[in-house]
Amino acid sequence: MNRATGPGAIPRRRFGSSIGFAVLAVPLFAFIAFVLLLVGYLVANGIGVLSWEFLSKPPTAGMTEGGILPCIIGTVLVTFVSLAFSVPVGVFSGIYLAEYAPNNLLTRAIRSSVRSLAGVPSIVYGLFGVALFVNAMNLGMSVLASGLTLGLVNLPWIIATCEEAISAIPSSFREGALALGSTKWEAIRRNVLPYAFPGILTGVLLAVARTAGETAPILFTGVTYYTRQLPNSLLSRFMALPYHLFTLATQHDKIAEVRPVAFGTALVLVLFVLLFDALAFVIRMRVARTNTWQV
Amino acid sequence: MKLRNLGDRAARLVFLANALLAAVVLLGILGYLLVYGLRTFTGTSVAGFLFGGRWNPDAYGEPVYGLVPLLAGSFFTTLIALAVGIPVGVAGAVFIAERLKGRFRVVVKTVVELFAGFPSVVLGFFGLVVVAPFISRLFNVPSGLGLLNAGFILALMSLPTIISVSDDALRVVPQSYREAAYALGATPWTTAIRVVLPAAKSGILAAVMLGFGRAIGETMAVLMVAGNAAIIPKAIFDPVQTITATIAIELGEVPFHTTHFYALFALGLVLFLIALATNLVAESLIRREKKSFTL
Repeated sequence: MNRATGPGAIPRRRFGSSIGFAVLAVPLFAFIAFVLLLVGYLVANGIGVLSWEFLSKPPTAGMTEGGILPCIIGTVLVTFVSLAFSVPVGVFSGIYLAEYAPNNLLTRAIRSSVRSLAGVPSIVYGLFGVALFVNAMNLGMSVLASGLTLGLVNLPWIIATCEEAISAIPSSFREGALALGSTKWEAIRRNVLPYAFPGILTGVLLAVARTAGETAPILFTGVTYYTRQLPNSLLSRFMALPYHLFTLATQHDKIAEVRPVAFGTALVLVLFVLLFDALAFVIRMRVARTNTWQV
Repeated sequence: MKLRNLGDRAARLVFLANALLAAVVLLGILGYLLVYGLRTFTGTSVAGFLFGGRWNPDAYGEPVYGLVPLLAGSFFTTLIALAVGIPVGVAGAVFIAERLKGRFRVVVKTVVELFAGFPSVVLGFFGLVVVAPFISRLFNVPSGLGLLNAGFILALMSLPTIISVSDDALRVVPQSYREAAYALGATPWTTAIRVVLPAAKSGILAAVMLGFGRAIGETMAVLMVAGNAAIIPKAIFDPVQTITATIAIELGEVPFHTTHFYALFALGLVLFLIALATNLVAESLIRREKKSFTL
């Protein structure tokens, strides 16, 4: 005790304190450095394969040559289908949870379901998709079955970000409209949703990024190793970037020869994901700067 | 006026219906897993499934569906992941929560959170082409694919969850706790480790639970690096096969409505129940922490 109060003791203790935090920071920054190096590694190994031809041509010569156009199209397509399902449902659910939900058992059950859904392993969604969409609803292995399965996967993410974005709007925005005689829905539509929009958009963009990389849910609901035809209907089978990478990396009989293509595919997938992540980040930063009602 | 009120009520009902869908989906998943999963036991005994030491569905004449080796694969890979992930993740979270402010904090948190959405196939690919040869050379073992590699990749994948949930848990500790510690002459380090961290312990435990859930449910990355042999591992370099990987490998090959098909749903049921229990416990831990700060 005396030591702590003596002159010169405080700097030494401060020093010890900084050392302690520095020790905690080492693994954290090692992790962050690893993430950056990983992206750098993929760029360094994949950039050589990237070309306009790689992006615009189908694979040829047993996938050792050509490009990955069908995979890009397939991934974009299923991601789009998934959002066509999960965005409306997610936004409406978010509105309900943020604006209407009373504090009762039902609301708690809904919230708990949303969080539990977010924790369900993606392969389990795959099983569910096989049982419900492929089998019971007779959609077969198709863009639609995969898209809907992915829509269920990203639904809880969208609900959570929507609720958060809507709850962040101060209640005075609603009260102003209500005081002028608007109904609750009118107040939400005109005075809440427009301001919550950037937050909702951020959530959707992040969902796009994560959905594009999901593999397990599409594995048995529609993705295929190789097809000559580009998907021409929602009931077609399709190729996808993450599955293409998986097969090139583990299933192909000429692993060494397709390695460059695998690196190229990995890079394209990662750039796709990072592009949407970056868009989300830019919007979030912009909102944080221009929002005058948030402190 | 009447019509407007009617519209307002209709809007509420639409939102409620959408929000209920989350609960319906969760129950639907459970329902399908139960209905299909339990049909396994017309072809094999419950005890044989739960306690069986061999998983060999392709065995001629006498296929066996024993959960134990797969559960061991999932459990041991997750154990390694947490052995790395918990210290690194909690240390990182303490540093972020107690030391980082402003822009730098936002950047660090963004990198960590975006890594949560990094495509798992790409990480698996990295494990395959970089980590595996590294392990093989460093320890002079024939194959770098196995328990250690899978554990390492899973550690990376569970880190974002552990860091960001722990950070939240530390941030909800009221400022007054820190101020009280400073007033008693504690350094920031002592305050963080002896006051804030213990106060946040249920939230930190929740972070560990969610990291566990993330690791045990991961499919693609593990599938690519675990070596996939359904045996109970004896050494850290042994190949293992997780529950998730088993579903991913076998679901594509089985005819619908066979015992094998149902057995894969039974595996899904096991995963689902583990994930659900993990989430519910984590949720109640987070609630408990928040409650402990309200007077």
